[in-house]
Amino acid sequence: MLADPHPARIVRDPPREGEGKTPLLTLSGISKSFPGVRALHDVALSLYPGQVTALIGENGAGKSTLVKILTGIYQPDAGEINVAGAAVNLPTAHAAFERGITAIHQETVLFDELSVAENIFLGHAPKTRFGTIDWGTMRSQAREVLDAMGAAHIDPDTRLKDLGIANKHLVAVGRAMSIDARIVIMDEPTAALSAKEIEELFLLIEFLKGDGKAVLFISHKFDEIYRIADRYTVFRDGEMVGEGLLKDTSQGDIVKLMVGRSVDHIFPQREAHIGAPVLKISGLSHPTEFDDIGFELRKGEILGFYGLVGAGRSEVMQAIAGITRTSRGSITLEGEAIAPRSAADSIEKGIVYVPEERGKQGVVIGMPIFQNVSLPSLKRTSKSGLLRLAEEFALARKYTERLDLRAASLSQDVGTLSGGNQQKVVIAKWLATAPKVIILDEPTKGIDIGSKAAVHGFMAELVAQGLSVIMVSSELPEILGMSDRVVVMREGRIVAVHENKGLDAETLVRTAAGIVAQ
Amino acid sequence: MSATETPHGRHIPDRLDRPLRSAVFSWEALLIAVAISIFAVNSFASPYFLDAWSLSDLTFNFTEKALIALAMALLIISGEIDLSVAAIIALASTMMGMAVQFGVGTSGLVAIGIGVGLACGAFNGLLVTRLGLPSIVVTIGTMSLFRGVAFIILGDQAYKGYPESFAFFGQGYVWWVVSFELVLFLGAAVIYYVILHRTSFGRRVFAIGNNPVAAQFSGVRVERIKFILFCLTGLMSGIAAVLITSRLGSTRPSIAQGYELEVITMVVLGGVSILGGAGSIPGVVLAALIMGLVTFGLGLLNVPGIVMSIFIGLLLILVIALPIVWRRLMKERPA
Repeated sequence: MLADPHPARIVRDPPREGEGKTPLLTLSGISKSFPGVRALHDVALSLYPGQVTALIGENGAGKSTLVKILTGIYQPDAGEINVAGAAVNLPTAHAAFERGITAIHQETVLFDELSVAENIFLGHAPKTRFGTIDWGTMRSQAREVLDAMGAAHIDPDTRLKDLGIANKHLVAVGRAMSIDARIVIMDEPTAALSAKEIEELFLLIEFLKGDGKAVLFISHKFDEIYRIADRYTVFRDGEMVGEGLLKDTSQGDIVKLMVGRSVDHIFPQREAHIGAPVLKISGLSHPTEFDDIGFELRKGEILGFYGLVGAGRSEVMQAIAGITRTSRGSITLEGEAIAPRSAADSIEKGIVYVPEERGKQGVVIGMPIFQNVSLPSLKRTSKSGLLRLAEEFALARKYTERLDLRAASLSQDVGTLSGGNQQKVVIAKWLATAPKVIILDEPTKGIDIGSKAAVHGFMAELVAQGLSVIMVSSELPEILGMSDRVVVMREGRIVAVHENKGLDAETLVRTAAGIVAQ
Repeated sequence: MSATETPHGRHIPDRLDRPLRSAVFSWEALLIAVAISIFAVNSFASPYFLDAWSLSDLTFNFTEKALIALAMALLIISGEIDLSVAAIIALASTMMGMAVQFGVGTSGLVAIGIGVGLACGAFNGLLVTRLGLPSIVVTIGTMSLFRGVAFIILGDQAYKGYPESFAFFGQGYVWWVVSFELVLFLGAAVIYYVILHRTSFGRRVFAIGNNPVAAQFSGVRVERIKFILFCLTGLMSGIAAVLITSRLGSTRPSIAQGYELEVITMVVLGGVSILGGAGSIPGVVLAALIMGLVTFGLGLLNVPGIVMSIFIGLLLILVIALPIVWRRLMKERPA
């Protein structure tokens, strides 16, 4: 994304009386770039002992990059990390561990086949004088750690895989306690927990606070943030845009900070010519991922799908494209009920899904561009099963040149292209099947600004020709700039459908996060 | 198409002129050079080598295994493997031997041999695609299973008494020194070349080997194609069983012992990536020829069979390690 020429004023509350504690950890001027993407730019963060700081931001704001820098997995390009007043380097995960920084992830990274005690003491187990593990001491120390946390119900001898996720979190915290970690990072720890388990986790966080730990709490859920956190730091597009005390700040103010003003990209002007419904979904359900999904897509329309990560948007789209099965519900394409059982089925019917994970699901690295483009269209480019290369080249040329692909030749391995150009090949590939409905899942995720503009321009062209587009996106400017209507999903359900007339980003974020309008 | 017809983007050529260097340094060119040198060494080493009938005998050293290698190449390119091919030969040959005891004629025997091979391949394919098991585990299992059944039926006995007309497949000549086996292999090689390099089926095989998830998302019926490839490998093993049984004129349960390794060595030596996604039929044909030349040359020099199997083992390790080591060396070199 382009740099905002007028960065938003950084809102920063001065420390209040009685809170003038020195921070345990401070980051300043941290920047990190990946080829073509600026993940973090000059960010700052302070964590105070005995306080929970919530890190808030949209998808792609740079939160995970920051966590990886703090845990020694990524190295910052610039900036300074201070722990307890001393500048430190965190070249490896082990170095971060030794500095007392520990992270608890959404899916805990512990060892399923080992016992609870082993997990807690892995790497620093008490030893006998022969250098072997002192099992008795380890067990009793594990017992002490767990008891101190109020986790007396966990037996140190249980295999970790026999515990639920909430209890695994407890073990992870126990591990943090056993190494005397001072800084605990919790990266969306509640994502897979039930309401009761979340309560237990909050008790634990209170315990950590009481013990003087500095906690960084990352969550998309505002009710949790207000419930447990003392401070907040907001990231947007890789920059720190505000920080302060939560008790002085309303949810609305934080949403404003998250969204900011979006002036980073000019979207194509277009006049929508919207026709009759093409695709009709009703009551579509999946045992775990989504429930009772119903919507209509009309001819010549771009229908945006907005929601937080894990809202079930990709899962719904993959079900419509025949890749995953549904438990019930119906899909009607141009008046005909269809039940695709594979991607091959849905492509034949005229529904294509351009997946989010370009490298894993989109391109076939190791094969040339033209063979990537022709792969779903081989039935048309071949004659009684025999390949016709001239047809394949013509098809590939038609679509890649329309998308302004930058390549030396069509026989070049697709793996040698940049991310943006690979994405053009991926879109060209599914367009070449001449679909009626095209579903684009995060079509501009992680690609450079030039390729983004090419993709957006092309989408406008497609709908002008009467194609119908579903665009799943977590980027608010893209949703607002491209969609005719916006469907908002939360926790596997559709919670709102908005006409994109006078629609503002804050409304979308509120509905997606489940904040009731004040 | 001219640049003026494409208002949106710049013109992208189909392909750049392929520099001569890349053809000269291709794996196939290297194999041709190796084949010629071994041929030369053989003709110096033994006065009996350069003789039409000697050379004809040479082809029997590889045609049966190479027939299986053609189908195995496709299977390995798709990212799967079949270690049970030699055991399929044993079971198919045993079934043919049993049928002889009931007075089944030549055409019936051929049908049984090929049919058993196909059924075994389909069994492997079902286990891999329906149950989602890794093929290396499934076919290690069926390797013991198929040969085990042959042992139970035969014990330490041997089936003999194949009809005279049955001998043609493994011993007959089509014209002068040109054997039926050689003609069958060359014909099959052409068919497999077309399947892999000239049909949409072959293209999908490459796509599956390079990225099965993206292939599935692109509408490739991954499981169906893998099932077909296991069937083809079984079918070719059945054909090989007919040829070997016919050539030997008898069936023992230990028939074709260890062939699976030679078949896989051929495929890998032929330039097929053991990780899937790359390879060519001409490479496999050349590799088959090289293996035939080497084993025949060693035979002429009276090198015992056990030494030959040591040689095959070393060759397999070498051809798998060579491309990996080569790539690492190229990476370490400053650009």
